[in-house]
Amino acid sequence: MAIVDMSAREMAAAVRAGEISAREVVEAHLGEIAAHDHEVSAFLLVLEDEARRRASEIDAAIARGEEVGPLAGVPIAVKDNMALRGVETTCASRILAGWRPPYTATVLERIEAAGAIVIGKTNLDEFAMGSSTENSGFFATRNPVDPSRVPGGSSGGSAAAVAARFAPLALGSDTGGSIRQPASLCGVVGAKPTYGLVSRYGLIAFASSLDQIGPFARSVEDAAALLAVIASQDPKDSTSLAAGFDASEITSGVRGMRIGVVEEMLDGVSPGVSSVLDAAIAALVDAGATVERVSVPAARFGLSAYYLIAPAEASSNLARFDGVRFGLRVEGEDITETYLRTREKGFGAEVKRRIMLGTYALSAGYYDALYGKAQQVRTLIARDFAAAYERFDALISPTSPTVAFRFGERSDPLSMYMSDVCTIPSNLAGHPGMSVPFGAAEDGMPAGVQVFAPALGEGTMFRVAMALEASAAKPAVPVWRSAAAPGGAA
Amino acid sequence: MSLEDKYLITVGLEVHCELRTATKLFCGCANTFGSPPNTNICPVCLGLPGALPVLNKRAVEYAIAIGLALNCDIRRSVFARKNYFYPDMPKDFQISQYDEPICVEGFLELPVAGKRVGIVRAHIEEDTGKTTHVGSSGRIQGADFSLVDYNRSGIPLVEIVSEPDMESADEAREYVSELRAILVATGATDGKMEEGSLRVDANVSVRRKGTDELGTRCEIKNLNSLRSLGRAIQYEARRQMEIVEEGGRVHQETRHWNEDSGMTSSLRSKEEANDYRYFPEPDLVPLEPSHEMVESVRATLPVLPPARRAVLSELAGGKPSPSELEQIGTCVALELDGYVNSAVAAGVPFKLALSRAANELAALVGAGGAVANESFVELLRAEDSGRLSATQTKAVMSRLAELGGSVEDAITALGFVGLSDSEVAALVERVTSENPDEWSRYLAGENQLAGFFIGAAMKASGGKVNGRIFSALLAGKREVSRH
Amino acid sequence: MSSDQISRDETLHIAHLARLAITDEEAAIYASQLSAVLAHARDIGALDIAGVEPTMHAVSMRNVMREDVVEGSLDRDEVLASAPSSEAGMFVVPRIVGED
Ligand SMILES: [Mg+2]
Ligand SMILES: [Zn+2]
Repeated sequence: MAIVDMSAREMAAAVRAGEISAREVVEAHLGEIAAHDHEVSAFLLVLEDEARRRASEIDAAIARGEEVGPLAGVPIAVKDNMALRGVETTCASRILAGWRPPYTATVLERIEAAGAIVIGKTNLDEFAMGSSTENSGFFATRNPVDPSRVPGGSSGGSAAAVAARFAPLALGSDTGGSIRQPASLCGVVGAKPTYGLVSRYGLIAFASSLDQIGPFARSVEDAAALLAVIASQDPKDSTSLAAGFDASEITSGVRGMRIGVVEEMLDGVSPGVSSVLDAAIAALVDAGATVERVSVPAARFGLSAYYLIAPAEASSNLARFDGVRFGLRVEGEDITETYLRTREKGFGAEVKRRIMLGTYALSAGYYDALYGKAQQVRTLIARDFAAAYERFDALISPTSPTVAFRFGERSDPLSMYMSDVCTIPSNLAGHPGMSVPFGAAEDGMPAGVQVFAPALGEGTMFRVAMALEASAAKPAVPVWRSAAAPGGAA
Repeated sequence: MSLEDKYLITVGLEVHCELRTATKLFCGCANTFGSPPNTNICPVCLGLPGALPVLNKRAVEYAIAIGLALNCDIRRSVFARKNYFYPDMPKDFQISQYDEPICVEGFLELPVAGKRVGIVRAHIEEDTGKTTHVGSSGRIQGADFSLVDYNRSGIPLVEIVSEPDMESADEAREYVSELRAILVATGATDGKMEEGSLRVDANVSVRRKGTDELGTRCEIKNLNSLRSLGRAIQYEARRQMEIVEEGGRVHQETRHWNEDSGMTSSLRSKEEANDYRYFPEPDLVPLEPSHEMVESVRATLPVLPPARRAVLSELAGGKPSPSELEQIGTCVALELDGYVNSAVAAGVPFKLALSRAANELAALVGAGGAVANESFVELLRAEDSGRLSATQTKAVMSRLAELGGSVEDAITALGFVGLSDSEVAALVERVTSENPDEWSRYLAGENQLAGFFIGAAMKASGGKVNGRIFSALLAGKREVSRH
Repeated sequence: MSSDQISRDETLHIAHLARLAITDEEAAIYASQLSAVLAHARDIGALDIAGVEPTMHAVSMRNVMREDVVEGSLDRDEVLASAPSSEAGMFVVPRIVGED
């Protein structure tokens, strides 16, 4: 098997056993990136030299007989909103172009300690605001399955990198679906953990009370392996939970499990995606679960609440991009003019729109009616989920109402925002959710099934995901492979 | 009738107090004063993208101590973001407590004014960095550019907000000095106004006597000494009185006190309403001090100035005179009450001990000197027994404060070793025989002539005679001569 | 709740609060886009949720604190290297006018 087709766990095992070197693993992936990233544009920055140096270090450590960690030699693509010391970190925004953080995000310390190798920083919608990766301040990323379509977003670069075999694993961040939706659109696994399970220290905040870092992989077990490495309490993050994730219990199946299908997430779903979900339900029943419909009424208000809460927090989080301490400065006559010009020039239209919306939602006179009420809706959503979880162990829904759309197809903000209607409620409640690829829908494009569970119910969620994966059709492949070898991957 | 007689002044104070923690409020950077610029900074206090705050437990304990010392309720509290753009504010928001502060509804007693000032709230917040304005004029307006140092950014503050209960500059000064004494006693702050550990903003308004409606207030910033506070309030009140008197209207605004010119000037208008867009800080969880936490802080509190003043008042017979009250206040504020207590315990009369502590000792300590508690007691006993005169006692105390050493050595060095009783008796014989006329008149009942003989004895002995012993022996001789 | 439409003036005011320079034409576009999003958000305005506690945090923790122990600070030169302008160990900013 080609190295780039191996699972992350296989790669790590082979590296640890000395069957292949970390250096070979890195070279194989750098080769794939060199050959095909011009078709995808998944990366803002490929860390060729650093990755090679890291790989050599790991190989040397193995030669010395040292312990090298569970992800030894495994390349990881990292969404470019996580700080890595000395390496340009931009959030795909011109306002941060050239910024080299003087510190490293906790998650990146964790994966490096596990022996993984950061192979590059991936593209995203600027400051993670978007659902298509069209809103990058630099360039758009393309869906490897069909480059005329978006990869989803905002972690589109990470999803595309994994789908394209540029790395077996990637990290993304999910504020309203930014891991799960691109995972679904690119045909890979993507998980948003329980809020607080993974440290946010070093993740450049979009909406602090919703943001979570999570894994991308081509298999459920690989995703679990990465989550196990990054999930643990961090004293630098006050909202970090005293909890971890044990990936050893995810293979015990779904026999006897009660699974609910969320009614409110079936509206507006495309026929192709709808039949994917029906097939998934049938597969779960076959595997011994009982599946029923369930209503989570307040989920209907998730989108509205989200589009007040997230921009409000963002408007405050993004205030610090002011041209004083780091990043772009456009000099003005005085400090206020400098602020105005710097931010006008540095931020893209979508970021500005959300800052405006959030500033409005927080401003005097509107706080109670907008931001305050949205936070009350959050309570209702959590309550309704809690009621559903009294009857069900896990819930499922489509991840995205549609397959990947073509570039420019959704120009008005509202229709773009609708992409996240199924994923947003679990961010608001703080619950985990993940997307598992389940074959193809319209135009042969991949579609995922979303699984979610109560807070810290990752074990249950991954068990359901494993069961789905076991009966899923072969995942979609990058366009260059289907062209070369019609009918699928080698 | 002067303007000041026609108007009432109302003052409310906001005091920002820097806490004496080892580290900043939300990060592990050192909390020190005077380091080279931008050397105590990290991703958190520099507001770098991705950094997150974690609350300093010691700062919370200090805030609770302050709340308890100010008779506040300690409540569940929530940190909020106060959003505004300013280069000394690295995140362009300040983490503060807004609608749910940790300490509420307390009070503080002004001993001299004899009134209670309400404390609305005391809350925890982070300090800003420091900007230095560089340019032709050197003033904020018209500066060409500014330099920013973030060493102070994130230093823990407790902001204490009073009710507008003060009615004069003197009361405001007394409030700050009493508050300072309490804060220092809790150990929460070093109270150094000159280093900015304690910063005062004053809200001042005036209204014509006989009207109930409060006037429009102005907030005065940059008051970094008690003297500035008093002067600024007087100036500002007068300014407002003149405006009202001429039929004008006071505008609500923030004003800057200029120490050199002795005037306040408009800084920015509050009318174009600062919209701070407060909302709960999502990166910090609520703070709910448990009963145990509050009680363990309470257990560490020292005896506070009000209670210490009460001890001295008790020694004054429970009803100190106004001047004694002032002396008691001085002793407690300067932490000299222990001297008084020790002296009284050793048998020195209270009035003498209080006066020496509040006047001479306070002056010496204020000038940087120090006198050991035991030396103070020993010295005052020597004075009380008549061995040393008041003048001699003061001279000995100065010497001790300056050079240290034992009381006996100081007395010897200053040549205050008194004459023996027989030498004094001989002196009595000498001056009475040298002045027979005066002696006859004294014998006949002209008591005031005792002073004449003391003067003569002083002259004859070169000041070494103890007046009290001389008087006693002189009176004794008269008794004997009469019978 | 106010009317469904955000005016252009209101949009300009919000933009200034957020320190975003926008032209009058942009203000008009933002005004209509913001109005559309807010109109959609107003469906929660119809909800009767009086008395429902707001959820400010997705976690229910309290009293997360650290010990008061000094940790290392950043290297000043490394930090200032990323600054748009610095001098004498400090960040340089254009003159500050007497505005909030
Ligand atoms: Mg304040
Ligand atoms: Zn710091």
